[in-house]
Amino acid sequence: MPGTPVIEVRSLTKQFGGVTAIDDIGFTVEAGSMTALLGANGAGKTTTIAILLGLVLPSAGTVNVLGHDMRHHRYRALARMNFSSPYFDLPQRLTVRENLTVYARLYGVRPVARRIADLARELDLEALIDRPFRGLSSGQKTRVLLAKALLNDPELLLLDEPTASLDPDSADWIRTYLKRFQDRTGATILLASHNMTEVERLCDAVLIMQQGRIADRGAPDALIERHGRDTLEEVFLDIARGTGKSASGAAA
Amino acid sequence: MSPIDAPGSVLGGTLQRSGALVLRYLYLLKGSWPRILELAYWPSIQIVLWGLISKHFFGHSSAVVEATGALLAAVLLWDVLFRGQLGYSISFLEELWSRNLGQLFISPLRPHEFVLALIAISLVRTLVGVIPAAVLAIPLYGYSIFDLGLPLLAFFVNLMMTGWALGLLVTALLLRVGLGAESVVWMALFLIAPTSAIYYPVSVLPDWLQIVAWALPPAYVFEGMRGILFDGVLRLDFLGAAFALNLGYLLLGACVFMAAFYSARRRGLLHQAGE
Repeated sequence: MPGTPVIEVRSLTKQFGGVTAIDDIGFTVEAGSMTALLGANGAGKTTTIAILLGLVLPSAGTVNVLGHDMRHHRYRALARMNFSSPYFDLPQRLTVRENLTVYARLYGVRPVARRIADLARELDLEALIDRPFRGLSSGQKTRVLLAKALLNDPELLLLDEPTASLDPDSADWIRTYLKRFQDRTGATILLASHNMTEVERLCDAVLIMQQGRIADRGAPDALIERHGRDTLEEVFLDIARGTGKSASGAAA
Repeated sequence: MSPIDAPGSVLGGTLQRSGALVLRYLYLLKGSWPRILELAYWPSIQIVLWGLISKHFFGHSSAVVEATGALLAAVLLWDVLFRGQLGYSISFLEELWSRNLGQLFISPLRPHEFVLALIAISLVRTLVGVIPAAVLAIPLYGYSIFDLGLPLLAFFVNLMMTGWALGLLVTALLLRVGLGAESVVWMALFLIAPTSAIYYPVSVLPDWLQIVAWALPPAYVFEGMRGILFDGVLRLDFLGAAFALNLGYLLLGACVFMAAFYSARRRGLLHQAGE
């Protein structure tokens, strides 16, 4: 239901040894929204996503996803969500069909063959379906990874740099597909990206992280207006360089 | 309409997800005939070599068949243990090599379902490796390990259990330190080889090492095997001790693996695991 939080993060902190990767952050992501998680390298985006996926345990704070506490009931949420990242591979020697079959079965998808055929058609994978994953180009791998992430028709889709290392045409194809997918299914999408144009085009909410904290948040237009800039990239650079304004409007 | 068809029971879900992962490993084997060939290659070569060596050393005395049989049975059963542990641990390594561990654990797959899948595929890999070698010994040396009868099944199960227990410990180490500990997969079992009484009785060992040997299940299995071959006696007490010890080691292995898994989540190692 739009307006209902699909992700609720409260007082989240993560420390690795003596290093604080996430420092007491809180945010919500509303159902049906496409939210961007921005930040320079090392800002804490990947750790935040890993905690949302249950891969990393927080040092403090609570994370609720799809109404489930990820510390104690993560499997209830994991069946209804999915994730795609160019930094998470699939078994290289298996064909695209074999990989998708394994993951379809892991998620309890039925009928497997029809679901794979549907996704292969939607994501233009039909010609690749019986080729080993290792022989695919970056763009093709991205589409296969996206197909894997859509197998269970997720209510929540987490994406880490969905268009990283893609040529402009392939990247545009992915963006268009994601927008169409969300319009059709009403799924909630949280994506980490370094591509500000992509975020402006796709997202209706933005969280900007810096040194493990949420430095600013809001709709792209509102952020641009508040910072007195022309583009989200300029806002991002202001925050990254410590020359912008905070959420309250004061100089950061 | 959601494509998800929830299984009717917890067990149904476990079997479904473990089965999915077994399918992943079967696809891997199916797609690479050198892998299948390799599984059978080393056990078969071992049988040929040890058969010839035993014939040479034992000469042509009347005891040759008995002695050769004991040696070949030991070679085959040791290979069951070796392949059981290797089949388990290498399948885990496949996930590290392909950077797939993170993908698996963001799915609804539970750690114990992962372990069940590794156990199942290690059983498949062991059978594929050892059965051709056992069959090869029949025409080459006139020796059939299947003549051991039903106790052979008990020996096999016990050695597989030991292999899985060791596999749990080795994969826990891999979770903790990553591919830097890769070679441990091949080395680990040889640590217990001297005290496993594979080719000689436990009594050969120094007193203090005998205590170690009797604390490990393989010593009971290999002594039990010799009991049948040389004396025609099935030592049920040995089998019982082996089962009890194996259950204990499996429980210990499972606890250590779960602790390593929890630690990996705490330290953020799951999504970084791989080459």
